[in-house]
Amino acid sequence: MSEKLAQRNYYGKALAELASERDDVVVLDADLAGSTKTSDFQKVCPERFVEVGIAEQNMIGIAAGLAASGKVAFASTFGVFATGRCWEQIRLAVAYPRLNVKVVATHCGISVGEDGASHQALEDMAVMRALPNMTVISPADAYEAYSATKAIADYDGPVYMRMGRAEFPTVTEQGAPFTIGKATVLREGSDVTLVGCGQMVSFCLEAADMLSSEGVSAEVVNMSTIKPLDTETLLASVSKTGCCVTAEEHSIIGGLGSAVAEALSESLCAPLERIGTRDTFGESGKPDELMEKYGLTSADIAEAARKSISRRS
Amino acid sequence: MRDISVAELEAIANRLRIHVIEMTTAAGSGHPGGSLSAADLMAVLFFRNMNHDPSNPQWEDRDRFVLSKGHVAPVLYAALAESGYFPVEDLLTLRKMGSRLQGHPVRGKVPGVEMSTGSLGQGLSMSCGIALAGKMDGKDYKTYCLLGDGELQSGQNWEAAMFAGQYQLGNLIAIVDRNHLQITGNTEDAVGLDPLPEKWRAFKWNVIVAKGHSIRQLMEALDKAAEAHSRPTVIIMNTIKGQGVSFMENNAGFHGKACNKEEFEQAMRELKGVSE
Repeated sequence: MSEKLAQRNYYGKALAELASERDDVVVLDADLAGSTKTSDFQKVCPERFVEVGIAEQNMIGIAAGLAASGKVAFASTFGVFATGRCWEQIRLAVAYPRLNVKVVATHCGISVGEDGASHQALEDMAVMRALPNMTVISPADAYEAYSATKAIADYDGPVYMRMGRAEFPTVTEQGAPFTIGKATVLREGSDVTLVGCGQMVSFCLEAADMLSSEGVSAEVVNMSTIKPLDTETLLASVSKTGCCVTAEEHSIIGGLGSAVAEALSESLCAPLERIGTRDTFGESGKPDELMEKYGLTSADIAEAARKSISRRS
Repeated sequence: MRDISVAELEAIANRLRIHVIEMTTAAGSGHPGGSLSAADLMAVLFFRNMNHDPSNPQWEDRDRFVLSKGHVAPVLYAALAESGYFPVEDLLTLRKMGSRLQGHPVRGKVPGVEMSTGSLGQGLSMSCGIALAGKMDGKDYKTYCLLGDGELQSGQNWEAAMFAGQYQLGNLIAIVDRNHLQITGNTEDAVGLDPLPEKWRAFKWNVIVAKGHSIRQLMEALDKAAEAHSRPTVIIMNTIKGQGVSFMENNAGFHGKACNKEEFEQAMRELKGVSE
């Protein structure tokens, strides 16, 4: 783990590079380009940047029309608006015809902080994961946000990618290629599997350090693609450790924890503990205060690991 | 643009109406009322004004057609089949298991269907995207979008209208099928739309008002809309829901209901009487 970087800055950097790398990439935003960092693309390629105003439903329809005309359309805004305001537009106009639209959201999770519950996307992965044809990605850090942006531009089909607002510790190697649907084992262990996505991967690594001092060997899996889930990597790890913990900055309903529970219950018998928000909205506060109040810290993950291990027969 | 007479287009429109009644009756469901009100427009668009090639549906310079009021899929399928995109016999598979002619249009399943629609209020946004891509790529194609009047109650249309005005999508032509009827009855008794021309003008559109069952007026309106403009154009075509079948005319009950046996026979007598 090293410096702290904001994923959205690296999204903007990747988009700006895509402007010159590919002439078919177009970027749409709904009045939040300065925050989502699509403004970095706008600066170098204003002719392929589309400001739609505060009109997310229209943004998705326009993105679908552009994609149907051969463009790779990136549509960005905050996670709540990108997935909630226009869910049915994404369903009909993008997912059903399998059009090449990338819905890329920033400001996901409770670490959005002071803006409060209206702006904290905690259900976005659940509603996107339920859509057929949709790929769902939550990069672990800024480097992965960069490489995933390049990877989804090359992939032909609908993608939802979520990122946070704040700066997160980096946990992956800068420049490492991103493979959609492939999880990575960041730390090997034998007693418990910690599966994380987004900034929770860094907390899983911290939790693994804490557990290590107690003589517990934790394996940490970066599950940056939530759909399709890399069940092969998941099952290989949990078959070895015999118990599992998931960690996401999202509701435990419908996101990473649900996806892992579904996969495990169909294949093997192992206790699972899920770290995430528990059927609740967030509130205003400092990101760290909120992460602590809602049980999203490395200490919470370590405690869940102990519980998971104790439930293993 | 094809050279074709008013009489020939009237005959095509009548064939489209016959297909609509036959298809929906065979399916036992579907939306004949709004299909019939749009039949004359579809004949003029697909057989005269639109630049398209049924043998090459992916031709990149083709004019695009988006059916925002996706429930009138029967009249779109009839126009595509009569144009030669697929065999006319396939029309009777509408809404049946295994048919590509789904209850509402699906992109990729049927040649000539540009976008998936059926949930109202979305087609104009999609059309904006297609028109914008045409401008970006320096293409001359036009994008036509057929809207129902009832669906204009959906706010997304006005987001799209505002966008098209702002981006000066002069290559975008919307057509409103102004038949005044939605499921609950008269649009003005539900949530009124009048005055429609003023609304579109306020959103920076050219507005043309035409009689939707006058082939000649539709030809003139579409010709005018296709001239070079900096603004997008909307044709508000005043129509009669169920036009061509006496007991369906101005009858909201046939918005989403097929004919029974007796009704079918009467409809065929009326429509085939016209064509013979």
